[in-house]
Amino acid sequence: MSGKNKMEHLMEEQLIAFHDGERSDRERVSAHLASCAECRAALEKIEAVFAAMDSLPIPDPGENYGQRVWAQISSRLHERQPSSWKSWWESFFAPRRLVAVGAFAAIAVAAFLAGRFWGHPSSGQPPLDAAQVRERILVVAVGDHLSKSEMFLVELSNAQPNSASGKLVNIAAQQKRAGDLLDENRLYRQTALQEGDKVMASTLDDLERVLIDIANSPQEVTPARFDSMQKRLASRGILFKVRVIRQGLQDRSKPAKQPAQKPMQQNISKGSSQEGHRA
Amino acid sequence: MNEMNLSVEPGLAANAVPDAVAVERTLGGDRDAYRILVERHSQNVYRLAYRMAGNSHDAEEIVQEAFLRGYQKLKQFAGQANFGTWVYRIAANYAIDRLRQRKVEDARREQPSRESEDGSEIDPLAQLKDAAPSPERLAGSTQLALRMQQALGELTPAERTAIVMRHWDGCGIEEIAATLKSSTTAAKNTVFRAVQKLRIALEPFAEGGRAAKVMGME
Repeated sequence: MSGKNKMEHLMEEQLIAFHDGERSDRERVSAHLASCAECRAALEKIEAVFAAMDSLPIPDPGENYGQRVWAQISSRLHERQPSSWKSWWESFFAPRRLVAVGAFAAIAVAAFLAGRFWGHPSSGQPPLDAAQVRERILVVAVGDHLSKSEMFLVELSNAQPNSASGKLVNIAAQQKRAGDLLDENRLYRQTALQEGDKVMASTLDDLERVLIDIANSPQEVTPARFDSMQKRLASRGILFKVRVIRQGLQDRSKPAKQPAQKPMQQNISKGSSQEGHRA
Repeated sequence: MNEMNLSVEPGLAANAVPDAVAVERTLGGDRDAYRILVERHSQNVYRLAYRMAGNSHDAEEIVQEAFLRGYQKLKQFAGQANFGTWVYRIAANYAIDRLRQRKVEDARREQPSRESEDGSEIDPLAQLKDAAPSPERLAGSTQLALRMQQALGELTPAERTAIVMRHWDGCGIEEIAATLKSSTTAAKNTVFRAVQKLRIALEPFAEGGRAAKVMGME
């Protein structure tokens, strides 16, 4: 088997597919890479291409970008009016019915989460209004997400695979965790954006890029690539950012002695008021 | 229960409204419901658009056009996938069209055609290699980033789309094939070709060390 592996070098297509995490033929390619320095070097060149791509910056269009896009296109929508509305849409999906469904779903979720995180309101405390409940849910839920992310990043940063052996490092478990965190992260980032929370949205955006990077990596990477991933983590300072925001949220999620009187649109990361509703 | 108006109470209601409901409301004639979708997905579409176009101005135009087309074609959406994926694909398609159109315009301006003196067609891969500056000139991260930008610009529209969708957005080959309107085998080959071209373009950086080293990422 190993003799066969050494006979022919891998094609570039095979190396690219391997980098992309393609499953077919993976074991054979992996075995060949373990014994062929030339092919490992070729794989590193391909990885360098992707690393160089990752290093290209994308300018941040700003946390209000979605609102800006809407402002730019809303007056032009009438030019693109869909040709005809189906009447049954109007009757079946009547706005009132849908709003009721949406509101019920929102309240049901909020009630479930509120009960889960805070239990029953203690005696002597006035009940929280919907905005306060929602804000607290966000604070605790996002704080929990950031705690998990922080733990994950710490573990990944401190991992020390045996690079001397030159064998591939299996990061399947880390990918799975990154994928799980990514789903949550997208939700919270969108919420932070909608709430106009610049700091939170920016941090979650940075975190999302890191998580995408890990989740999209192949299951097995060369020690050099793993090392490069760790260094990119360090250079982005994401761990520090996550820690700062998470600690800020932790402070806010402690039971307040006085009921909070903050409006709904306040920053969940800073608590400072924003310009107001987006209506 | 108080009746809530989606378009005037974007806080709790808008955040809680799933994409599918916002789509249905838009189809029901509530134009402002589309705002929820635009605000929710603009950032993601912008990232794709910027990577495809390589500059903010074009990227912003792509985003706007994608949402305008999304609005116009919303009936076709009708729950086929999630709205984010759908509008992402509209943006990718529009970006390819723009890139193709620009390539045609550039080609018209850049006469004579891509033929060598003996009349044979020039191999674009060899040309990429030849066009690459010497390793001495390429020292430093700025040059590498510029070279990478240039090399991405030299890819065909399909190659650029394939590599952007595959590498940066982690799209599956089937999704790329659907966007390129090609078979999965062809889409896979397009990705390979794109990587190969980029690798050749960055070859000078790979000599004596990886490109990542030059970028200061190591």
